[in-house]
Amino acid sequence: MTAIPADDAVLSDSPKTRGVFAGPLSAFAENKLAVVGLGIVVAFILFCYVGPLVYHTDQVHIDLSQATLPPSGTHPLGTNEVGYDQLGRLMAGGQSSLEVGVAAALLATVFGTLWGAIAGYAGGFIDSAMMRIVDALLAVPALFLLLFLASIARPTIGLLILVIAFISWLGPARLVRGQALTLRTRDYVTSVRLMGGGPLRAILRHIAPNAIGTVVVNATFQVADAILLVATLSFLGLGIPPPAANWGDMLSNGINYTYDGYWWLIYPPGLAIVLVVVAFNLIGDALRDSFEVRLQKR
Amino acid sequence: MTGFITRRLLQSIVVVLLVTVIVFVLLHLLPGGPARAQLGPRATPPAIANFNHQMGYDRSVPVQYWHWLTQLVTGNLGFSVKFNQSVVSLIGERLPKTLVLTVLSTLFALVVAIPLGMVQAVKRNHAADYAITFWAFVFYATPPFFLGVVLIVVFSVYLPILPAEAPQSSSIGVILSQPAGLILPVLTLALVTIAQFSRYMRSSVIENLAEDYVRTARAKGAGERSVLIRHVLRNSLIPVATLLGLSLPTIFSGALITEAVFNFPGMGQLFWTAAQTQDYPIMLGITVLVGVATVIGSLLADLAYAVLDPRVRYA
Repeated sequence: MTAIPADDAVLSDSPKTRGVFAGPLSAFAENKLAVVGLGIVVAFILFCYVGPLVYHTDQVHIDLSQATLPPSGTHPLGTNEVGYDQLGRLMAGGQSSLEVGVAAALLATVFGTLWGAIAGYAGGFIDSAMMRIVDALLAVPALFLLLFLASIARPTIGLLILVIAFISWLGPARLVRGQALTLRTRDYVTSVRLMGGGPLRAILRHIAPNAIGTVVVNATFQVADAILLVATLSFLGLGIPPPAANWGDMLSNGINYTYDGYWWLIYPPGLAIVLVVVAFNLIGDALRDSFEVRLQKR
Repeated sequence: MTGFITRRLLQSIVVVLLVTVIVFVLLHLLPGGPARAQLGPRATPPAIANFNHQMGYDRSVPVQYWHWLTQLVTGNLGFSVKFNQSVVSLIGERLPKTLVLTVLSTLFALVVAIPLGMVQAVKRNHAADYAITFWAFVFYATPPFFLGVVLIVVFSVYLPILPAEAPQSSSIGVILSQPAGLILPVLTLALVTIAQFSRYMRSSVIENLAEDYVRTARAKGAGERSVLIRHVLRNSLIPVATLLGLSLPTIFSGALITEAVFNFPGMGQLFWTAAQTQDYPIMLGITVLVGVATVIGSLLADLAYAVLDPRVRYA
């Protein structure tokens, strides 16, 4: 059983052992798909944040005389239905899509993991009460909650992050709780208890880290889901109102022109969403493989 | 085991009650309220007061909740003034169509995703794994409405072989007699599910392949095929069973989008129409229905967990 020494090495603070991420990082670097994914994310971050410094466009004032122009020298990706430059809008829209996605996923993952680990470790009535709340919220379809929350307040980026996190933490909570149920019966958790370790130590240093594979895979799906959820909200007419931009709004506006042949309004934002979401998934997948120490060098 | 099932059943009832409370409270916090939605923006205050009194909206929220709940238990989900029809009959008309869509796509997804995930795990980091991973990621990463539009553009516009619209009929028989019209909606909903399920299946199989019992089975001389099917597959299905139980609201949300894209007259479309017109009884009815279905799904997932994984003991 190699899991126990590996686990100790991961959790020990002694300088002799490698850091938590040393092993995973080298395994990660060997995974070509992961490097591709990381490359795509870095490229999009540069595109969205450095791009506007080089390529100046007006994304605030509408100009109907310049509406729906096909791609040309002055507008490499054409213009949209109110005359915004599509390439510049892709940069501006990417910023909010990325920010909402990452922030919502982080918030949801941290909260959900702790909730699930505590419930699974505590067991008994606490577990029941905590998981019934999760069950009830899970049973209300996400779109219903979104519909409600979006209708009581004018959507802003901050609200969007909260709303998406509010819906997304339930998944990791249940997954981690499921893991905690089996992990708490493992010998090393029993040992911690016998040695006098409190529940906080067992949860934070043994259960949560051992569930990290599940959590990391889930977290990347969360970033993906959050970006997709923003897009879906836009399709349902609940996106951030203009002149603010995000890829979802651009895509769902563009789809109105499917039969007009304005392809530059549909495929660039659509591809941007797909590429970034794929990239986050590739990274998470590689992280998952690299965190699973037991699965290496088979 | 019987005790566990009884306790889980009681828990489920608690969850259903929590769902009704959440939905009811949320809906009563909505601005504008049903009177404005019903009578229009120019309604006079006396008219609104009169409407609220007639509909019982002037009573306290707990009283309204209790009234609604007792009606609910007797099978009365309320009446939609907009449709001039009872909510039960509206849902009864639309639900079978949504079920056709969701059941077909989920079955299709499972049949495709489980073998795909196993192949990927066994052939880990080979060409087949990379190819399937690539497509799984692409489909998972595509917003469902965009996927639907792309499928329409490819299969209805460039290669006009499939209809861009779902069968338009109130009869389930007519819908099933036009399978061509169902292909694109079912595919739209299934592709995302396949991508998700095959990912989990792959992860799960890889995890199980590293377990001691696999080494033991191999050491005992069991063939690779028997190790995979009898040992690894069974253990790997545990997270998939949980995922399936949890996927009902996601599948319903997906159905809502799919129904909107393909103009499919199902429950999702009804819900969306109701949401736009603040038709409370319909929204409450559908949400409670999906809530109950989800609770049952979650119950089954937990039972499956206990049956499939003996390490999990509900003491």
